[in-house]
Amino acid sequence: MTPLVSSNTPAPLGLLAELTHRCPLQCPYCSNPVDLIRRSQELDTQTWCRVFSEAADLGVLQMHLSGGEPTARKDLEELVRHASGVGIYTNLITAGVNVSGERLEVLAAAGLDHVQLSMQGADPVTTDKISGMAGAHLRKRNFAGEVHRLGLPLTLNAVIHRANIHQIADFIDLALELGAKRIEIAHAQYYAWALKNRAALMPRREQVLEAQRVVEEARAQLKGRLVIDSVVPDYYARYPKPCMNGWGRQSLNVTPSGQVLPCHAAETIPGLEFWNVQDHGLSDIWYHSPAFNAFRGTDWMPELCRSCERREIDWGGCRCQALAIAGDASATDPACHKSPLHQQLLDMAEADSEAEESYVYRRYRNPAPVES
Amino acid sequence: MTSDLHAGSTPRLAPGVRLREDAARGGWVLLGPERVLQPDPIAVEILKRVDGQRTLEAIVEGLAQDFTADPAQIEKDVRLFLTGLAEKGLLDWHHDPSR
Repeated sequence: MTPLVSSNTPAPLGLLAELTHRCPLQCPYCSNPVDLIRRSQELDTQTWCRVFSEAADLGVLQMHLSGGEPTARKDLEELVRHASGVGIYTNLITAGVNVSGERLEVLAAAGLDHVQLSMQGADPVTTDKISGMAGAHLRKRNFAGEVHRLGLPLTLNAVIHRANIHQIADFIDLALELGAKRIEIAHAQYYAWALKNRAALMPRREQVLEAQRVVEEARAQLKGRLVIDSVVPDYYARYPKPCMNGWGRQSLNVTPSGQVLPCHAAETIPGLEFWNVQDHGLSDIWYHSPAFNAFRGTDWMPELCRSCERREIDWGGCRCQALAIAGDASATDPACHKSPLHQQLLDMAEADSEAEESYVYRRYRNPAPVES
Repeated sequence: MTSDLHAGSTPRLAPGVRLREDAARGGWVLLGPERVLQPDPIAVEILKRVDGQRTLEAIVEGLAQDFTADPAQIEKDVRLFLTGLAEKGLLDWHHDPSR
C-alpha cells in the first residue's frame, strides 16, 4: 500500500468512466480515440465496481458515466447502484437514442442523479446528418420527455461546429422546451475524431464571435431559468483553456479497457506511461503513475509559461494540443497568444474554416462489430 | 426561480442537487450537474435547514435561536445566499397557497 495522500497533490473531484466505446451514433467530432476499443477488451462489472469504490475512498465526488454510449452496457443499472451506494454523484452522458422509459426508470431508482443528453442539431435534418443515424432527433426528443416525466434533472449538450453554429438560439429554445435546466454550448475541441475532421468542422472567426454574442445575451435573459455553460473554441482565443483545470489536478478518466488517463486524449502523447486499474489501485495511479506526474503543477513548464502570471489560471493550456500543433507536449499551448506558433494556429483554423471537406464518420476500423 | 422569495416561501434544493459531507477534504460540498461548491460553515448551516419543508421564516427563526443572533441580519444573509443559489439553478422555492 502506498500512502493515500501525497504532499502537494490534491485528491480528484471527478471521474469520467468511459464504460464502452460502442455507440449507435457516428459523430465526426467524437472525443474517443480514432482506434476504438472493442467489447471484448472492456472491463467487467466487478472491476468497474471496485474502481468506483476506490474512487470514492480517494475523494471523487462526481462520476460521469460515458462512452461511447454507456447504456450499451447491460450492467449499467448495477454500476449506477454501486456508484450511488458509495456516495458518488452520478451523471449519465447519453445519446438517448436507445434507452426506453422503463430502463431509465430503473436507472433513476438505482440512484442516478442527473442526465446529460447530446443534441447534434436543433432540428431533425441536422441531428440525423451529423450523428449519422436516421431518426436520431425524434428518439432524443422522446427520451428527453421520459427524463422529464421521471423528474430527473436534464442537461442538453450541443457540440458546436460549422454545420450547426447558426443554431445556438434554437438549441437554447429546445433546451427550454424539453425542460432542461442547463445547456452546454461546447465548441468542438480538435482532438481524436475532431482533429481528423477539422477541415470539415472548423467555423469561421466571425461565426464564433456571433455565437458568443448569442450565448451572452441568452445567459443574461435566462438567468435563474436556464444555466448556459459554454466551452470556448480556443483556436480563436487569446488565452488557452485551462485544460482539465490542470493536468492531474481535479479529474481522471478511465477508458473501457481500464487505462487511467489525465484527459481523453492523453494517449496521443508518445512516451507517457499509463497505468491500468487491473494492475494498480486507483489511488496509487492518481498519486504515483508516471503519466499523472508528467505535467502536474508548474515545474514541467517551459520558461514562457513558468514566468507567466496566468500559470495557475491556464495551467499551461492543453498538452495534447501542444503536441498536435507544436509537435512537443511540453511546449506552450499554441492557443496562447504568447506562443510563437499562435499565428500559425490561427492561419490553420482560418484555412480549415474555408475548406470543403466531408465527414469521416466515427466508426470501428474494419470489420465493424455490430452490437447495441 | 418562479417569483420573489417571501417569508412564507419554502426553498428546496433543485432536483439533482445535494449536500453531503466530504470526508476526503473535510467540510461539506454541494453537488449539482457539473458543479461542486464548497460552502463555508455558515452556508452549511443554512443548507442543512433547506429541506423542502421549512419556510424561509422558519429557517431564519431556527438560525437566530441556535446562534443567538439578530433575526433581521440573518434574514438578509439567508435571502442573499438563497437567491444566489437560485440564479445558479441550484435551488428553487414554492409558496403555500393556504398561507
